[in-house]
Formats: sequence, structure tokens, C-alpha cells
Amino acid sequence: MSTMAIRDTTTLLRRNLRHMQRFPMMSIGSLLMPVLMMLLFVHVFGGSLGSTLGGGASYVDYLVPGILVMTVGASAAWTAVNINSDMSEGIIARFRTMAISRYSVLTGQALCSLLNTVGSLTLVIGVAVLTGFRPAADVTDWLAAAGLLVLLTLAFTWLGIAFGLAAKTPGGANSSSLPLQFLPFISSAFVPTDSMSSGLAWVAENQPFTPIIDTLRGLLIGTPIGDSGYWAVGWCLVLTAIGYTWSRALFNRDPSR
Amino acid sequence: MAITATGLRKSYGDHVVLDGLDLRVEPGTVFALLGPNGAGKTTTVQILSTLISADRGEAEVAGHDVVRNPAGVRKAIGVTGQFSAVDGLLTGAENLLLMADLNHLDRREGRRRSADLLRQFDLVDAAKKPVSTYSGGMRRRLDLAMTLVGEPRLIFLDEPTTGLDPRSRHAMWEVIRGLVEGGVTIFLTTQYLEEADELADRIAVLNGGRLVAEGTADELKRLIPGGHVRLRFADAHSLDLAAKAIGDASRDDGNLTLDVPGNGGVHQLRGLLERLDAAAIDVQDLSVHTPDLDDVFFALTTERTRR
Repeated sequence: MSTMAIRDTTTLLRRNLRHMQRFPMMSIGSLLMPVLMMLLFVHVFGGSLGSTLGGGASYVDYLVPGILVMTVGASAAWTAVNINSDMSEGIIARFRTMAISRYSVLTGQALCSLLNTVGSLTLVIGVAVLTGFRPAADVTDWLAAAGLLVLLTLAFTWLGIAFGLAAKTPGGANSSSLPLQFLPFISSAFVPTDSMSSGLAWVAENQPFTPIIDTLRGLLIGTPIGDSGYWAVGWCLVLTAIGYTWSRALFNRDPSR
Repeated sequence: MAITATGLRKSYGDHVVLDGLDLRVEPGTVFALLGPNGAGKTTTVQILSTLISADRGEAEVAGHDVVRNPAGVRKAIGVTGQFSAVDGLLTGAENLLLMADLNHLDRREGRRRSADLLRQFDLVDAAKKPVSTYSGGMRRRLDLAMTLVGEPRLIFLDEPTTGLDPRSRHAMWEVIRGLVEGGVTIFLTTQYLEEADELADRIAVLNGGRLVAEGTADELKRLIPGGHVRLRFADAHSLDLAAKAIGDASRDDGNLTLDVPGNGGVHQLRGLLERLDAAAIDVQDLSVHTPDLDDVFFALTTERTRR
């Protein structure tokens, strides 16, 4: 990155952060969903779902990694809606006709989303601890878990930006990013995959969320990780590359008006 | 040349927006692109300002090719669009400082220039209010002020006064005149003939994606033989007599009027009235019509079937 790119990205990041500060309801909304989900699953379904785990493991410990991934997914949906409504503003056309680093509009949004998501994750972990989450992780495990969450956030943020740029309306941006919020249900997030029907279990075991959640769970509460770690990092890198390349291509299209 | 364009074409699906447009704009002048809604004015600005690409044709802006060197073009230009390019969630002052940062000015210079522009555009009182609370005229002023932060030498103004009240429109004209005095080249689009007449050195009339006329306001007015003196009579008998006495004139029996070609100067009027007096014909009403850009515009942009 050239110094001009860094400077322009910082400027536009400041603009995005200021928007967030003026209109915090959107980002608070995307935070509320995973927190409510967690409380719902722990306190309403937790009793019966927890019994499928066996071995007397605490359900909240099992659940939190999945909720963290959901938090990242909800933030990505927020990113998609946010950039979609921003693109319809005349000021984006102005940015495109200025001698600035071309993709700083996108990287500014990506950094803003990253900060927003890290904030959300911290709060969700805080609420989880209040709910009874007792991770067995040491400092190295925490750092590895944080690193994976940041990688995942980068991947989902760029996918969210691409979804937001591809959609014609903010509503469309929201629904196209639904898979990022919905796929955790068909993964090991809430129940182990071997409790699902065979077809569904195959999907669950081979979709990107499962190795990511399994790796987080292994790092945080000490369950076996196996080769999930490689799959998790691999998926994140591949999704980031797809999201970033797709976003750039979409941004280079002629704006619609 | 500040701008040259040859054979610009652009279509969206089957809809041809620009159909082979050629333009030349001299540095330091105001060039007005005049046309009705949908004529292709905004598309032209979007192509010349590197926002979209043309399907065919070439354009050079401030010495740089818009396709091969868009960065060079962007360094030299400023654009104030029809859809206000301001950030509604930020305050006026924040919008200007954002532009200062993106123009890579240092902190102090950025703050100084923002403060100057707020003063110049009468936005000091509103500087700390979010732009979403601004009136249409204030948004347009802020929009232009933001364009000026980078001190561009060539400014595109896409319908800068559309939707403004007369007072705001005149204020905007004053600002534009001030820029021209500073040597800035202005490429203006407008659907108001008065605006083109007031501001522009050269006017090009765009209709259906093609230029149908180009020249100074006076040259364009000369294209249309619209000047005449209209005489109205109380009855058909007087009209008959007058038509005989004057000769070269076109009569309208329905409205009992007679149009006598000419510039409507004192000399022509005196001669006309003397002849009518000599024949003892009573004129009920007399009016002088000089061709204005409206005549030119309507004549050039109306479908042939209607003419």
C-alpha cells in the first residue's frame, strides 16, 4: 500500500466511524441478535440440547464459539446494508472523480467493520462470561482464537461488502447476506453434527462454519481440533480472496446513474 | 483546449443516450451544454469526469485522455453534480475538512481553506449542523464549496441551479462569475436558457444525444428568424387594410394579428405607424418580439412533426 492509499483509507475510515457514532442503532441492532440468540439457546433450549452432548459438558461452553461466529455473520450483514446505502449517496460519485486511492472507499469501510465486529465480539464474550461461560484457554489459546476471529471477520466483511455492492437496494443487501447468518444453524454451532440426519450432517461437516467453530471450541474449551485448524484458516483466506476480488470488480463497474 | 471530445457514444441497452458527440472547450471560458431532460447532458459530464466510460469515441480533459489517464484528469477537475454530492450525516464543516484530507492538504491549510469557504458561501452559522438539516440552496452551496477545496482549474457544474429559488440562483451565478474571473474553466449543463445566456461564452444545444447547434448566444439567436412586430386589430376590415398598406407581413385572421418581420427598432416602428396613420387604420395593440434563446431552443429541440 502506498502512503497515499493509507492516508485516504484512514480519512474514509474516520468518515465511517463518525457515521457509526451519529447513528449507532444499526450496529447495536447487529449486536443484539447474537446476544439474544445466546440467551435463548442457553436458557430455553439449553436444558434439552445440552443433554445430547453427553459427558456432562456445560452447554454454554459448547455454544459460545458458534455464537461468536454468528456475531461475525450479523456484522457482515450490517456491513452489506451499510455500504449499499452509502453507494446510493452522491458523495461516492464525488470520491470516484477525485484523485484519491481508488479502493480506499472500500478499505475504509472494511476497517470500520473490522473495528465494529471486534467490539461486538468483546461484548458478546463479556455477556457469555456473565451467563456462565468458563473457558479453559490460556493466553496462547486466546491469541490464536482472536487471530482466527479476525481472519474470519476479514473474510465475512469483504463478502458483506461484495453483497452490498451487488445488491440493488439495502433490503436486497440484507437478504443476500442471510446465508452468513443462517448457515451456523446447519453446522456444529448448536448441536454436534452426528446428531443430524445423514444428508444434513454431510452439509454441516463440509461447510466452512463447522471447522471454524470446531477450531474455536478447541482453543477455548479444549475439545480436540484435529485438522479443523487448517481448514478454518484455509476457508477464511479463500473467502477473503473471493470477497475482496469480487468487491473490487463490482466497484469498477459503471455506477448506475 | 481544456476539453476535446470526438464521436462520444453511449447507450444503455437499446436506449442511445449519446450519438456521436463532438466538443471543444477553450481554457478560461464558460461552456454551456443546453438541452431538455434526457438529452444526455449528465451522461456527457459523467464521461468527461471519468465517472463512467463511453462506448465509443475519445475525450481529452485538461490534457489527459479520460480512459488512459483518468488519474491525471481527476487531479485537474472538480465536479458538482445534479444529485448533491455531500455527506448528509456529517456537518458542513466536517464535509469540507473531509475534502481537505482527500486533497492531501496539511491540517492547518485544510482548516484555513474550509473556514474561508464557509464564509464565502455564507455557511458559517450552519457549519456545525448536520447537512441533512440543510435547505436545497445550502446543500448546493456546500456542494460547490467542497468542489473548490481542491482549487480545480476545470469545473463541471451539472445543472447547478435546478430546483433553486431565484435568489439562490442569482447567488450561484455570482459565485460562478467569480470563478471565471479567477481563470477557471467552467463546463456547465443547464436546461435554463436564461442561465446559459447569462453565464456562457459558448453554448451547445444537445438534443437526443446529438449537438443540434453551437455558438455564442448571439450566433444562436441569429439562427432563428423570430424578430417581428405584432399588430393587433379590432376587426377583419382593419386587418385587410393594414395588410394591403404594409405588404410584406404574415397575417393571422383568427387572432386578427399581423406579424411584420424586423428587429422592432425605433426606425422600423416609426415607419410602420406613419404608414398606418396615412391609411387611417386604427391599431388596437402593438408588441415587439425579439428572438431569444427560448425561440432557438424550441425551434432546435422540437420534433420536426411539430414544426
